[in-house]
Amino acid sequence: MLVIEDLRTHFQIDAGLVKAVDGVSFELDRGKTLGIVGESGSGKTVLARSIMRLNTGSNVITTGSIRFNGEELIERSAKQMQKVWGLEMAMVFQDPMTSLNPVVKVGRQLTEHLRYHLKLSKSDARATVVELLRSVKIPEPESRFDNYPHEMSGGMRQRVSIAIALACGPKMLFADEPTTALDVTVQHQILNLLAQQQKERFMTMIMVTHDLGVVAGRTDDIAVMYAGKVVEKAATTQLFADMRHPYTEALLHSIPKIDQPKHTHLSAIAGRPPDLINPPTGCSFSPRCPYAQERCQEEEPSLTAGTAAGHQFACWYPVGTPENKAAFEKNLAEGVAVTLAAAGRIQATEELTIDVHINTDLLGGAVAPTIVSGGDS
Amino acid sequence: MAGSGKAHLRPADKTVLRVEDLTVEFPVARKGTVYAVSGISFDIAKGETLGLVGESGCGKSTTGRAILQLPNPTGGAVVLNDDDLTKLNGEQMRAKRTDLQMIFQDPISSLNPRRTIGEVVAEPLAVWGPFDDDEQWKVVSQMLEAVGIDPGVARYKRPHEFSGGQCQRISIARALVTEPEVIICDEPVSALDVSVQAQILNMLEELKKQYGLTLVFIAHDLAVVKNISDRIAVMYLGKMCEVSESDELYGRPAHPYTQLLLSSIPVPDPTVQLEDAVEIEGELPSPLAPPSGCRFRTRCPLATQICTDIEPLMRRVADDHYVACHHPLVPADPIEYPGYTVEASS
Repeated sequence: MLVIEDLRTHFQIDAGLVKAVDGVSFELDRGKTLGIVGESGSGKTVLARSIMRLNTGSNVITTGSIRFNGEELIERSAKQMQKVWGLEMAMVFQDPMTSLNPVVKVGRQLTEHLRYHLKLSKSDARATVVELLRSVKIPEPESRFDNYPHEMSGGMRQRVSIAIALACGPKMLFADEPTTALDVTVQHQILNLLAQQQKERFMTMIMVTHDLGVVAGRTDDIAVMYAGKVVEKAATTQLFADMRHPYTEALLHSIPKIDQPKHTHLSAIAGRPPDLINPPTGCSFSPRCPYAQERCQEEEPSLTAGTAAGHQFACWYPVGTPENKAAFEKNLAEGVAVTLAAAGRIQATEELTIDVHINTDLLGGAVAPTIVSGGDS
Repeated sequence: MAGSGKAHLRPADKTVLRVEDLTVEFPVARKGTVYAVSGISFDIAKGETLGLVGESGCGKSTTGRAILQLPNPTGGAVVLNDDDLTKLNGEQMRAKRTDLQMIFQDPISSLNPRRTIGEVVAEPLAVWGPFDDDEQWKVVSQMLEAVGIDPGVARYKRPHEFSGGQCQRISIARALVTEPEVIICDEPVSALDVSVQAQILNMLEELKKQYGLTLVFIAHDLAVVKNISDRIAVMYLGKMCEVSESDELYGRPAHPYTQLLLSSIPVPDPTVQLEDAVEIEGELPSPLAPPSGCRFRTRCPLATQICTDIEPLMRRVADDHYVACHHPLVPADPIEYPGYTVEASS
């Protein structure tokens, strides 16, 4: 249904060319959910917006191919995209406080699509919207119709945003961090609502988030992004069962988990995401990677298939292989000199102190050095 | 609970900070009063970390600020060592501020963008001494080093030149320079990325050991709170639901609200069945007109008549585990209310 090939979105700014999305390819079938995971600045939001062609402006350079139901979207102008937005593809944004117009009643914001695309009369649109609000579980939808956004809570506003996105029955829904601004209980409600609506309407969905917990139970596939590239992609169960990319592993290890005892030392990822104007040579994760070898700093690994069907990762020393273990032990034997040297690149720019902690969790008992509290936070 | 009571408080000689019947109300023009915090009590022992959790609007940040007398609470007592802060006059309170410091949620907006890092971190010293510039810088540079920021590089830079995580480190250094006894951390990691969050949490743990700090850690992320806290207090709509040692709270939640919060957490494991998780109904009621009796009863799956009639008091579940609920999920000591008897439930 959706085929992305070598999609690149670059922004020309005074400081140089920001390669926010740099060669992303994937396919997504009808009715499936793809989770896109990564840190801030990994390009996940820009990717979603690029597919919808929402990144406009004279300084944006988008190349590659976006085929949606067999149609190429990359050459379309904003005017031509208007026939796609809302009808075919819709987006739920991160912040329900700012994605709604504060001076327009929610009823009008909800009916706008219906009146414009489907040419419904005012009363028909109103009736449709009331049904829609009921389906997203807003109590007393008739009276909510004439509310302004500020009269509603955050969770309620996110429900309205979802109703707006669903109004014209799109075939594809993008959810860009739909619950990051919400409380944990409301997050649970909204994620359930999205899953239920997707099932009922047989929509294809792309869920962008930084939280591996959010995507774990609710997606079919996951793509992990780092520095504008997909570094690992697999079916959700496969990914969690067998993480191959050091970044995916590090991301999972850095989350505090509810079943760990209190005061468990967390394996933080050293350093910070790379500068997208001058990305490091070789693998862009190498300066923060505990397994990095010389090769990682010289040659860039490409996304290659692993043994499991559909599991792809871009790493020279994937987690769980003898090479990875050897690389690790080598780093360790050299007094983590290699890791530190790599981290030294961060130190050179950040000039921060770096402590090395020995972490025994990684690599199933083998001793893994991870650099903690170092070149920033 | 969403109830009151002080059964969970420990002897005064074992605690450094003690909050009793704290009440904070805000008048609202033409609408009445917002009952933000309604009579909560808790205490913290020296070197302990108390986690305060709850949804937005439950009064956890208001509680944190009320401890600092910002603003002065409407009622109740905040006892730091032996002094009741609510009874102090302006000048006496000012002198106490060095013992109580705060770390805010948004690291970038909590630092003055026009000041250099050296000035920002030295500000508390400029007020409280040492007053000599060189001595101040000595303290500041030690503290910056302790939080992993190179003092020489940072001194003349401004906040916009640092990332969010670095700014949070700088805020922590600023809170530490007056050698406080208690630090209130108000959602210190919610604005940060997961990888950076782990760095800051690890660092707070180390600083706590190094400087013998006592922390109040306010957050809505239960996994984060569990990681850092020795004890946890769960709040709902201005009331205290449950207070417990952290591993016990997560292993044996006694309050239905605690259980709902725990089951709402997204687990990074696709094999966990989402259908099993209970979804909490509805949203937080308005603090302008909180429900009678137990404030949680309007959303509670176990609510009965007594929950409407009587506000539950704190009762003991185990040592260092107390709950304010008429229908606790694990056995709790019986408690008497005039006209009602609550059985020890099973």
